[in-house]
Amino acid sequence: MLALSRHITRGRLFWLGLFALTWALSTYSFQLYKLLDARWVIRFPSALQLNLDTEISNFLDWLVNEAHFGLFSFRDLTRAIAWMIELPYQFLRNLLIEGFQTGIGDGAVQIAPSLSWIAVIAIAVAIGHYARDWALALLVGVCFLYLAVFGQWDSAMITLASVLVAVPIGAVGGLALGILAYRMPWVETLLRPILDLMQTVPVFAYLVPILILFGFGPVAALVATVIYAMPPMIRVTIVALKTVPEELLEAGRMMGATPRQMTWKVLVPAATPTLMVGVNQVIMLTLNMVIIASMIGAGGLGFDVLASLRRLDIGAGIEAGLAIVVMAIALDRASQAFSERRMSHPRTGSVVQRHPWTTTVLAIVVVTYLLGQIIPAIQNYPDALKISTGAFWSDAMAWINVNFFDTLETIKTVLLTTLLLPVKKFFAGIPWFWGILAMGLIVGRVAGWKLGLAAALMMLFIAASGLWGEAMVTLYLCGVSVFIAILIGTPLGIWAAQKPGAGRVILGLMDTLQTLPSFVYLIPVVMLFRVGDFSAMIAVVLYALAPAVRYAAHGIREVPPQLLEAGRMAGCTPSQLLWRVKLPLATPQLLLGLNQTIMLALSMLVITALVGTRDLGQEVYIALTKANAGQGIVAGLSVAVIAIIADRIVHALADKQKRRLGL
Amino acid sequence: MKHISALTALCVAATPALAQDSSDPIKLTLHDWSGQLITTTLMGEVLEEAGNNVEYVQADYIAQFAGLKTGDLHLAMEIWETTGREALDEAVATGNVVNMGETGMIAIEEWWYPAYMEDRCPSLPDWEALNACAQEFATAETAPFGRYLGGPVTWGGFDEERVEALGMDFEVVHAGTDAALFAELEAAYQRQDPIVLWVYAPHWAPAKYEGSFVEFPPYSAECYNDPSVGVNPNAAYDCGKPTGPIWKAAWAGLPEQWPNAASVIENFKISNEDMGAMVADVDLNGKSVEEVVAAWMAENESTWRGWIGQ
Repeated sequence: MLALSRHITRGRLFWLGLFALTWALSTYSFQLYKLLDARWVIRFPSALQLNLDTEISNFLDWLVNEAHFGLFSFRDLTRAIAWMIELPYQFLRNLLIEGFQTGIGDGAVQIAPSLSWIAVIAIAVAIGHYARDWALALLVGVCFLYLAVFGQWDSAMITLASVLVAVPIGAVGGLALGILAYRMPWVETLLRPILDLMQTVPVFAYLVPILILFGFGPVAALVATVIYAMPPMIRVTIVALKTVPEELLEAGRMMGATPRQMTWKVLVPAATPTLMVGVNQVIMLTLNMVIIASMIGAGGLGFDVLASLRRLDIGAGIEAGLAIVVMAIALDRASQAFSERRMSHPRTGSVVQRHPWTTTVLAIVVVTYLLGQIIPAIQNYPDALKISTGAFWSDAMAWINVNFFDTLETIKTVLLTTLLLPVKKFFAGIPWFWGILAMGLIVGRVAGWKLGLAAALMMLFIAASGLWGEAMVTLYLCGVSVFIAILIGTPLGIWAAQKPGAGRVILGLMDTLQTLPSFVYLIPVVMLFRVGDFSAMIAVVLYALAPAVRYAAHGIREVPPQLLEAGRMAGCTPSQLLWRVKLPLATPQLLLGLNQTIMLALSMLVITALVGTRDLGQEVYIALTKANAGQGIVAGLSVAVIAIIADRIVHALADKQKRRLGL
Repeated sequence: MKHISALTALCVAATPALAQDSSDPIKLTLHDWSGQLITTTLMGEVLEEAGNNVEYVQADYIAQFAGLKTGDLHLAMEIWETTGREALDEAVATGNVVNMGETGMIAIEEWWYPAYMEDRCPSLPDWEALNACAQEFATAETAPFGRYLGGPVTWGGFDEERVEALGMDFEVVHAGTDAALFAELEAAYQRQDPIVLWVYAPHWAPAKYEGSFVEFPPYSAECYNDPSVGVNPNAAYDCGKPTGPIWKAAWAGLPEQWPNAASVIENFKISNEDMGAMVADVDLNGKSVEEVVAAWMAENESTWRGWIGQ
C-alpha cells in the first residue's frame, strides 16, 4: 500500500484525472447532449461562429481588384514582381532545354539552341570538382547522366531551371531578412510568429491567393516555393550571426569597421559555413515543393509524376519520382561540399591555367554546339539509348497485390479495430468546450500558464471557425501516425547508431523516403490498403519516419564517451548501458525528433487528403479545388495552431529533461 | 517580328471579309488528364492551321478560372457540366468569362462494376440486383453494408442521398482524388475482387476494364427536386445521375482580340467515341498526345477544315 502511494504523486494524479474526465466526457457526450437537451455540447453554436473565411476572401478580392497606391495598384506591384522573376526563369529554360528563338508560332526563328546534354553534364561535373574533389564530380556526373539515360532529361531541366531561380531568391532573401533581424531586435520579434506560420500553414492554403496575385504559370509556383523554402534560411542566418565569436566582432570594432563593413567583411564571412547549411535546406525544401508547384503550372518532373499516376502508370511515376531524388542527391552533396570548402590560394599563370574548369566547360559548350548542328545525338540524348524500368514496377506492384493482399488486409483489420477506430472515437467524442479547457490545462501544466491560456484561445479559434470536428480527426490521425512512426523509428535509429554499417543503409533509405515525392507511394498504398484512414496513416508514417530515426541515431551517438566509460566501469551489460545510460541521456534529442515527426506528419496530412481523409487537410484541399481563398487560409491556420501547440509542448518537455540531466 | 505579323495579316486578309486576329498567342490551359490534353492539343493545332499563334499553360482545373477572369489565360477546353458547372456559372456571372458552347462530348457518371461481378451477382446491371448482393461488396470497415467508392467530396453527386432514398445497404466512402479512385479499381481488378465505384466517361477506365454502369431509375430534374417523384415518395435523389455536356470556356476578351479564332473555337465538336478511342491510344497503347492528335487530323481533315470555315 505504501509502495503504491509512493507512486501516486500530485503530478500523476493530475494527468490521470484529466484523462479520466476527458474519457468520460468523450464517451458520454452524446448522452449528455440528450440529457441536458443542449446541442451546444457536441456542436459549436453557429450563432457564435466567426466568419473569418468570407472576410478573408473579401479582403483578398479587395486587394486584387481595388487596392491602389495612387500611381499603381497592388496587383500591378505583384505583377511587376512576377515579371522580374519570369525573366531569369525564361532565360534558364531557354538555355537548358528550349533554345532561344524570336517570333511566335510559324514565324518562330531559332537564334541559338539550348545547351546540349553533354555540356550540361560537363558543367555539373566541373561544379562538383570545384566544390570538393573528383569523387563528388563523379557522383554529380552520374546523377545527371541518370536523368538522360532514363529519359527524364527534358522535364528534369525544366525543374532544374525553377530550382536555379527559386534557390537564389530564397537564400538571398532569407539572408537579408536574417541580417535585418540580427541588427534590429524588433524585426526578430516580428518575424518569429510569421516564420512559425510560414512553416506550419500548408502550402495548399495559400496557393489560390498566389495564383490570383502573381498570375498563372510557373512564376506563381516559384513564389509559393520561395515562401515555403525561405524560413529555415532566415532562422539559420539569425543563429549563425549570433554565434560569431565575440573576439572577431571586437577585432572588427577595433579596426573601426562601419556597420556595413562589419556585416559584409566580418559577420557574413565568419558565418558562411553555417549559412551554407541554410542554403542546403532551401535547396531540399525547393525540391520538396516540385510536385505541389506542378499542380499550379510549374511543369517538369512534378507534372510527370502527377500525370503518370493519374493514368496509373506506376512505373513512369516512380521513374520520374526517382529522378527528383537523384537531382536532390546531386544538389545536396554539391551544396554541402561548398559549405565545407576551405579557401585555397589563387592559381597563377595564364587565363587558361588560372581557370582550368571555366575554359574546359566553355570548350565543351562550343564543341558540342558545333557538332550538335551535324549530329543530333550530341544535342539531344538519343531515344534509342534510353532505358525504362516502368514495366518492372507495374508488374511488381501487381504481383504483390495479387499474392499478399489477404495478409495485408488481415494486418490492416487488426490495427484498425484495436488502435485506429477506438482512438478516433475517443477524439471525435470530446466536446469542444472541454477540449479547449483540457488543451489549456495540458499546455499550462507543461509549459506555463501563460502559454496554456494562449493554447486555449487558439483552440477556441478552431472551434469558432466551425472546424472542431475536422481538427479532432486531424489530432487522431496525426497522433496515431506519430505514435507508430516513433515506435518504428526509434529502434531503427538506435540500431543505426550502434552498427555503423546498418546505419549507412538505414539513413540512406530515410533520405530517399524524404525526397521521393509522397505522391509516388501514395497510389501503391491505396492499391494495397484501399481508400481510407489506414492508407493515409501508412503514407504519413512513411514520410514522418525520417526525423524519428535521425534524431534517435544522433542522440545515441552524441552521448559523452566519459559517461559510457563510467557505465562500463560500473559493470553495466550492453543492454543496461543502452537502457540506463544512453537512452536517458538521449531523451532531449529523442524529443526533438518527436517534434519534427509531428511537424512532418501534419504537413503530410494535407497530401493524404488526396486519398480521402476527412480532416483539416481535406478542408484545405477542398478550398483549393473550389478556389476559395478564405476557407483555405482559415483551415490552414487551424493546422498551424495544432502544430504550434505541439511544438511548444515538446520543447517544454525537452527543456525540462535537459535541466534534469544537467545538460 | 514586324514583317511576320504583317505576313499573317496578309494571309488573314486573303480570306474573305473577316476581322483581323491579334498575333499574340492564345493561351490554352492544360490539366493533368489525357483526355483534356488531347482536346486542348487538337484545338491548338487547328487554331494554328487557322493562322493563330497558341501557347499552352499548365493550370489547375478549378483554379484556372481566376486566370480566365483576369485574361492571364484565354481558353479552357473541358469544363464538365458535372464537376465544373458551379465554377463556370460563377465565372460567367462576373462578366469576365464567356461560355464558348459545348465540345460535343457528353459526360457520363454513374456507379460502375467490373464484368466478373455478373457471375457473383446475377441480373446486374439493375440497381435492385446490386442491392441484393450488397454483402459481396462489404469490407471490414463497412460491414454489414457494402462499400461503394465515391468520387472526391468536391465532385458532389448526391450518393449518400441516393443510398438513403433508395434504401440501399451501401456505405459511401469518398476517394480524395481521381487517381486514388482508379488505383483502387486497378488493384481490385487485378485480384478479381468485388468493387463498385464512381466511374465517368470519356475516360480510359471503361476502355481498359470490362464492366458496365449500374442502371438506376432514369434521371429527371423532378426526381432531384421533388421528393414525391420516383421510387421513394418521401425522398429526392431516388434515381440515377444526370449526364451533361462538356463546355468550353474563354476569357471574355477573346472574341474581340481573336474574332476568327473565336468562331473556330465555337465550331469545335468531337464525339465521345472519337475521344474515347484517342484517350485509349494514349493511356493504354502508350502513344504520345501529339501523335494521336496528328492521326485524327489526318483522318478527319474535312471535319476540322469545316470548323475553320474554309
